[in-house]
Amino acid sequence: MARKISYQQAINEALEQEMRRDPTVFLMGEDNAGGAGAPGEQDAWGGVLGVTKGLYHKFPGRVLDTPLSEIGYVGAAVGAAARGTRPVCELMFVDFAGCCLDQILNQAAKFRYMFGGKAVTPLVLRTMVGAGLRAAAQHSQMLTAWWTHIPGLKVVCPATPYDAKGLLIQAIRDNDPVIFCEHKLLYGMQGEVPEESYAIPFGEASFLREGNDVSLITYGRMVHLAMEAAANLARQGVSCEVLDLRTTSPLDRDSILESVEKTGRAVVIDEANPRCSVATDIAALLAEQAFDDLRAPVQLVTAPHTPVPFSDALEDLYIPDAAKIERAVLKIAQGRQAA
Amino acid sequence: MSQIHTLTMPKWGLSMSEGRVNAWLKAEGDTIAKGDEVLDVETDKISSSVEAPFSGTLRRCLAREDETLAVGALLAIVVEGDASDAEIDAVIACFQENFVPGGEDAADAGPQAQRIELDGRPLRYLERGTGGLPLVLIHGFSGDLDNWLFNHEALAAERRVIALDLPGHGQSGKTLATGDLAELGAAVLALLDHLDIPRAVLVGHSMGGAVALQLAQTAPQRVAGLVLIGSAGLGAEINGDYLEGFVAATSRNQLKGPVSLLFSDPGLVTRPLLEDLLKYKRLEGVDGALRQLAGNLFPNGRQAQVLREVLGGDLPALVIWGKADAIIPVQHAAGLPAAVQVERLDGQGHMVQMEAADRVNTLIHAFLSRCNA
Repeated sequence: MARKISYQQAINEALEQEMRRDPTVFLMGEDNAGGAGAPGEQDAWGGVLGVTKGLYHKFPGRVLDTPLSEIGYVGAAVGAAARGTRPVCELMFVDFAGCCLDQILNQAAKFRYMFGGKAVTPLVLRTMVGAGLRAAAQHSQMLTAWWTHIPGLKVVCPATPYDAKGLLIQAIRDNDPVIFCEHKLLYGMQGEVPEESYAIPFGEASFLREGNDVSLITYGRMVHLAMEAAANLARQGVSCEVLDLRTTSPLDRDSILESVEKTGRAVVIDEANPRCSVATDIAALLAEQAFDDLRAPVQLVTAPHTPVPFSDALEDLYIPDAAKIERAVLKIAQGRQAA
Repeated sequence: MSQIHTLTMPKWGLSMSEGRVNAWLKAEGDTIAKGDEVLDVETDKISSSVEAPFSGTLRRCLAREDETLAVGALLAIVVEGDASDAEIDAVIACFQENFVPGGEDAADAGPQAQRIELDGRPLRYLERGTGGLPLVLIHGFSGDLDNWLFNHEALAAERRVIALDLPGHGQSGKTLATGDLAELGAAVLALLDHLDIPRAVLVGHSMGGAVALQLAQTAPQRVAGLVLIGSAGLGAEINGDYLEGFVAATSRNQLKGPVSLLFSDPGLVTRPLLEDLLKYKRLEGVDGALRQLAGNLFPNGRQAQVLREVLGGDLPALVIWGKADAIIPVQHAAGLPAAVQVERLDGQGHMVQMEAADRVNTLIHAFLSRCNA
């Protein structure tokens, strides 16, 4: 049996292996090292949820705690990247992006273009995303679509420990700014992860399950709910294909079209709010380029157009679940035998 | 004396947790012999037939076609001798009452692969069965011990059977030294030493066959017999385009063409299968190891070492080949010494031990009676 580690350990291992491989890689962020005002040596939290734990001691001087000022330290990371290092900068919650948006939107994402390719910005911005931790409206959002909308950024959303390691290694080696979205509910998830280093190229979706009737297209934590729905639907005789996009920018359009060409039916599942989202982007792609393959309207399963509620009951209702995915599939799977 | 057997959903590979019943190949009331294919099952990775591990009358087919069932779930009741319907009902009721679909736990059950350090390098192997003259299963270029998924358990019914990941492959260490048959053979010998196995029958597929031949030449006292399946080392030809395409491929679509050449049924080349191969190819060190091996063993699309003379002596040998093998031509099975048993299987490709597992297992079983410890 291959070794199993958690999503969180997979991220930690990717950071450690890349820091050993490349002396220009370093970490910075709030509480990345010591946390809570401690010097680090004795009380190394390793991030608010312990993702970077242990690295402070292994790499003296390369795990930096920053002041609570996103615009300052994210800007510093962007500058350090442009000057030839490979910072992995942590924005604790993606919800804080508003505080440093100019550094990302107008600086990091634009350098390569505005300097005619003479500057590159090999920055990784690691950030926690997603709902389900009872963390309310300002610590639970899924803002993937924001980043995906901006040319010059690459956007990664790993769903498994295996992908988390391989995509983070690729992100660190990549010469463009990468927004690396870590779903907080996945940190404890266990999965098989090789001990060796490996990089997963961006823009390559992963087929987690093959099927003939309906394509379930998704990314991030929703991948697991889609797999659960697909397993339940298989018992009812509906065969679903599950496609994990892994990166929303670049987007693996070929795999999406290839899958829908076969199934003729698509359900896109996105934890984000429904307007101007990754889900609507894929629906538009299918309407534009796969219209003749479609045998039923594309279905979107997303959060509603509201903030993430604080009430447990309402938050559970807010997040898409397997039952909602199954209903969406069954709505368009009728009549598939005749097709 | 009668015996009521339960036929259950098999577990093919460590990640399988459930399978879908595609079709029953036998009907209630049929007499079945041990090794007969009873039904077709499909998983998200592979489809194959479930073989009966016992003989008897198929009395109940409990799984419906198109039904998806957990590993270990009851598929059928096979009765040796006589049993009343009431007795069968009681066995079924007792089974269903006690059966708990394992999910993740089931994935951890069963024999576990071991990872040890040999000569300073990690080596993974999986051992099943006990007693008898041991059998060692040696996979081919870019393969791993899962290439024996449909053979290992069946062959281990009456003996100890070990499958390993060669250096540079699977979950063994990826760094090669000389990157030649001698290095791969030394790793097999080191494993035999570690397991206190003085002599074994070596079963080699493709490049693994050349490793087995090399060992029979350099350490004949350790080799009690050879089974060579679509083997390298018996002629100069090999499909150089396949090797080049496989080594160079960096995406699923680039990999699909070369990998399709391995199978006679292209439907087996699923995207999950290709993704598993990509996972292996992306590990640090694998690209270098494959290029080193291909460069040494198969330079310019030819096999560098032909070891046909090894088969000249008293060593019992069985050569199995798919007639439609697109990687190493079946013609290499011609002109071998008369004592060598040669079996050419109609319509089969290079992965004949997977696609015609039942035939291959039966041939190996029969052959083993000719090998002496």
